[in-house]
Amino acid sequence: MSGQPRLAVRRAKLERFCSQQHCPFGIFHPVNSTCIEILHTPRTQVTEAAKPAITVNHVIKQFGRFAALRGVTADFDAGRFYSILGDNGAGKTTLLRALAGLAAPTRGEIAIFGQSPEDACRDVGYMAHPSLLYDEMSGRENLRYFAGLYGIAGDSRTEEVIRLVGLDPALNRAVGQYSQGMRQRMSLARAILHDPKLLLLDEPFSNVDVQSVRAMVVLLKSMRDAGKTIFVVTHQAVLLEGVADEFVWMQDGRIVDRTASIPQDFARAGMQ
Amino acid sequence: MTSIWTVTLATLKKDIRLEWRSKDALNSMLFFSLLVVVIFVFSFDPLAEESRHIVGGLVWVGFLFAAVVALNQTWARELRNQVLDAYRVSPAPANALFLAKVLGNFIFVGVLEALMTPLFVIFYNLRVLGSAWQLIPIAILGTWALVVNGTFFAAMSLRTRNREIMLPLLLFPISIPAVIAMVAGTTAILTGEDSAHFYIVLLLTYDVVFTTASLALFETILHAE
Repeated sequence: MSGQPRLAVRRAKLERFCSQQHCPFGIFHPVNSTCIEILHTPRTQVTEAAKPAITVNHVIKQFGRFAALRGVTADFDAGRFYSILGDNGAGKTTLLRALAGLAAPTRGEIAIFGQSPEDACRDVGYMAHPSLLYDEMSGRENLRYFAGLYGIAGDSRTEEVIRLVGLDPALNRAVGQYSQGMRQRMSLARAILHDPKLLLLDEPFSNVDVQSVRAMVVLLKSMRDAGKTIFVVTHQAVLLEGVADEFVWMQDGRIVDRTASIPQDFARAGMQ
Repeated sequence: MTSIWTVTLATLKKDIRLEWRSKDALNSMLFFSLLVVVIFVFSFDPLAEESRHIVGGLVWVGFLFAAVVALNQTWARELRNQVLDAYRVSPAPANALFLAKVLGNFIFVGVLEALMTPLFVIFYNLRVLGSAWQLIPIAILGTWALVVNGTFFAAMSLRTRNREIMLPLLLFPISIPAVIAMVAGTTAILTGEDSAHFYIVLLLTYDVVFTTASLALFETILHAE
């Protein structure tokens, strides 16, 4: 492509960008082929707003002959709350593990804030179905250890997240003696310990009492409002009605639908 | 990237704390080694002179078998509740985990050796005829050889179905040069017939080679599915 047509394409792109999306003035600066808004705004802000936070591009994940993900392609924006739904074996957990960098795609690519999942590990908090905690240590001891892995010194952040999830920092009981609800909340505390931009939660509400679920949902909502991107894999979709921005439906290793709410009959049934 | 030494130290402290609370590895190792001592004492009744020739082999084979118990425990506690995944998603360097595990196992096996050696001396009526101080480098380098390979192969067999069986199958053949050096070196010192210098150098070389290789490969092992 020669220089002139390329310039024309760039102008057209910028013009569209300014008039339709983020530019409050809708002004295109024709002299130097760039947008006034871009000139006056730090470049990173514009780039982050324009690009999706997470890009999943034709991801296939095979375990032997079994394909858990069969060509998943999707973009996810920053600062939104996504609930991933689907039957058992639909590929929800595998997708979450792939986003966390725990299951490398057999084919395809994943970009998290423009980086590979492995490189973006500081920006990602992951909570799995098992607690990912040492049963023999107290919650505080566990968090202190994991804080060390992220280079977080001192106890202030540890105590802050324990309080955030509604537990007592002075609790000295071993995690093995916690109730399921406490364990899940401590597991969430571990996931948010390093203040990640992206939170991946695999069935955080399973076997948890209603009160604990409510507390967790309120916390997640406040985190989303603070600009975090949140993915929750759950079988209890109704708990997130009115909280999640988007419901991502998976079936047989593919994303089959994305909806803003869950269907009425589905909600009435109270379960997936 | 978080500092390798900070994470190594934190992980080592955590492992010692977990072992102190559960005593899984130490209890099983001690019991196993005690059985080895007692069974061999009752199986044959060697004179002091004969003991000097065979006890080097008995001691190290006993420690090798006992170490396998500890090595299996090392990774088993990381698999409970899938805690290893929490490490894998963190920015902590993989080698910090490996070094911490090796150091932890070195301490546990070292404690076992310190407790069991007097029993070997008493039961086999041992007196050292060679340079006794050379037993120290042999013990340190030999124990390091066992635990560095053992920790690596235990991590490798972590996701296999029969990992308790897989570990000795992988570990013992590769440990043969080190075991030969440990046994021959210990026998040379106990009998005073030969210098153990060659075996110390051999063990040192073995340790450097296998520690380097393990450190180079561990990240691949850790992130393997």
